[in-house]
Amino acid sequence: MRHIISVLMENEPGALSRVVGLFSQRNFNIETLNVAPTDDPTLSRLTLTTFGSDQVVEQITKQLNKLIDVVKLVDLTEGQHIEREMMLVKVRASGAQRAEVKRTVDIFRGNIIDMTPSIYTVQVVGESDKLDGFLLALGGTHVLEVVRTGVSGIARGEKTLSL
Amino acid sequence: MDLLSGGEMIARFLKDEGVEYIYGYPGGAALHIYDALHRQNDVKHVLVRHEQAATHMADGYARATGKPGVVLVTSGPGATNTVTGIATAFMDSIPMVVICGQVMSYLIGEDAFQETDMIGVSRPIVKHSFTVKHPADIPMILKKAFHIASTGRPGPVVVDIPKDMTMPNEKYEYKYPESVSLRSYNPPAKGHSGQIKKAVDLLIAAKRPMIYAGGGVIMGGGADLLTKLAQQLGYPVTNTLMGLGGYPATDDQFVGMLGMHGSYEANMAMHHSDLILAVGARFDDRVTNDPDKFCPGAKIIHIDIDPASISKTIRADVPIVGPVRQVLEEMLTVIDEAPARSNKEAIGNWWKQINEWRKVHGGRYDTTSDKIKPQAAVEACWRATNGDAFVASDVGQHQMFTAQYYKFAKPYRWINSGGLGTMGFGLPAAMGVKMNMPEETVVCVTGEGSIQMNIQELSTCLQYGLPVKILCLNNGYLGMVRQWQDMNYEGRHSNSYMDSLPDFKMLMQAYRHEYVEIRTKDELDSKMAEAFAMKDKLVFINCFVDPEEHVYPMQVPRGAMRDMFLSKTERT
Repeated sequence: MRHIISVLMENEPGALSRVVGLFSQRNFNIETLNVAPTDDPTLSRLTLTTFGSDQVVEQITKQLNKLIDVVKLVDLTEGQHIEREMMLVKVRASGAQRAEVKRTVDIFRGNIIDMTPSIYTVQVVGESDKLDGFLLALGGTHVLEVVRTGVSGIARGEKTLSL
Repeated sequence: MDLLSGGEMIARFLKDEGVEYIYGYPGGAALHIYDALHRQNDVKHVLVRHEQAATHMADGYARATGKPGVVLVTSGPGATNTVTGIATAFMDSIPMVVICGQVMSYLIGEDAFQETDMIGVSRPIVKHSFTVKHPADIPMILKKAFHIASTGRPGPVVVDIPKDMTMPNEKYEYKYPESVSLRSYNPPAKGHSGQIKKAVDLLIAAKRPMIYAGGGVIMGGGADLLTKLAQQLGYPVTNTLMGLGGYPATDDQFVGMLGMHGSYEANMAMHHSDLILAVGARFDDRVTNDPDKFCPGAKIIHIDIDPASISKTIRADVPIVGPVRQVLEEMLTVIDEAPARSNKEAIGNWWKQINEWRKVHGGRYDTTSDKIKPQAAVEACWRATNGDAFVASDVGQHQMFTAQYYKFAKPYRWINSGGLGTMGFGLPAAMGVKMNMPEETVVCVTGEGSIQMNIQELSTCLQYGLPVKILCLNNGYLGMVRQWQDMNYEGRHSNSYMDSLPDFKMLMQAYRHEYVEIRTKDELDSKMAEAFAMKDKLVFINCFVDPEEHVYPMQVPRGAMRDMFLSKTERT
């Protein structure tokens, strides 16, 4: 099953490599990963998605918790949560395709954020499935480049992951 | 408050932390620190001949005392030479602080002379690591390092110190940090009382209980309480390789070590038990054999300070996360107050069954052979030392024979590389113990293969007058490799034979140590006594043992606990 693990960790050099190293060292898999400082400059927030049985995910969270740089973590998929991923897609769009791509972008509530006479750069935000769907919907369009941020997530309602 | 340079702070901090000995080897990036050490007399530095040995010396000390061992090396090769020793300590949860010199901070990343990314290299084998960014941070970083290394589940911590952090002329205010707090590190202080009650209920109701205790009992200082608990309940106890001495092997309730080379009765009793109380043990693959076939009828109570150890390979029914001493203490109280007592009749039958199993193999070996059996050599060593020595071992058949036949009656006395299986560990580990406990008898049981992996330390022994006794079970083969080749590769002894062994007698003369040779079994006791009588000398006992001998019992690969080879011709 897919899990989204959100980690609050010390904003220190080396902290990220400890987290990532743990995954390769213990043969856990990382599907997506993103990390950035938070409103508290001493803390970074890292979100990763992984696939594994309950036993494997239990080990992942326990081993992550053992890292001295990890302050707190939560498996967002254990409760109600919101997740988002952002994607930038550069597509060849000329002639009749220009209007077709524009329509698809609108349907997916994306934005064209840059253009040349032959190229659109599109921004799409949503759950990962929606991003996958957008790429499928582009169909025969010539996709030049795809950049995805990986998943970010937050628990719904009162629950927070903070100090 | 004193004004000290970074190098002086290190020396002063170690003194204030109560460190008497550190083990190491100087080099460019560590020279400011070494100069600071030279200008004080509180902390004594032991110069080894190879940095790996420094880590094993610190490790041996830590295993014998429970206190963190301290290592000091230079950058680059000095640091990388410690890797095996750090990994050894990490696998066995041994507290250790390794201080590494590093190139000047402004040179880091430029492939400077003797530069290695030691933080990166050591990352998977440390509990944590630090890089010093400012000299004034040194006392607090070292305090954190000692704190992390020695609390919770202990482990090695690396502190990387660029040379410009220790400049002799750059002085800062030094104050010993009395306390330390880390917002992201709070090892559990107390086991859950509800879980402890649940565990006691299960214990009292059990009909075929087993107490399975590991190295955590020893490092957690819980051997006396475990013994008390086991004796109060009257239940059988087995120890892991790391846990030997955690319950007296001389006591009747002890059924031997368990696992791959565990006793027949321990493995049978585990397999047939209905309740396992696991204390400070981690169900590793050398214990459980095939985890899917592990003890099918047993409920499992698992006490460990590391939550990640619980349900890692074998699911626990009653997990208890906490320090072993506190949890056992509370268990004893709950047992005292419990209305019910253990099921006397069922436990009586259980012991009857276990005593039947004891007769099946019972640690037998061929005593009629003309050759010296390694088992007999270990038993002779046990007699010669009254079973009371600190015994450090290398890795291989001799290690297993020692685990099986040297009946450890006390904790902290069995010093071996259980998790990593590091050949070359024994001699420096024994040295680390002897250095700190000069009055004790310290033996290194080794083989002619293992001893050569750190034999250069004979020179360190001479320099510091470390009269350890080296019992070399010399069979002319890498015995355990040969055993596997006999059993799994139709006897093709690929590279398990070492031609051109050194003349150990001449080697000992070269290092000005003593040498005793044992060639026949009738001289085992007399020669052993002769060697141990030389209290102030390092004695190398070259004991020529039967090269054909295998370690038994041995679990059948991918079988259950109860599936064992009992000799070259018998299996369960």
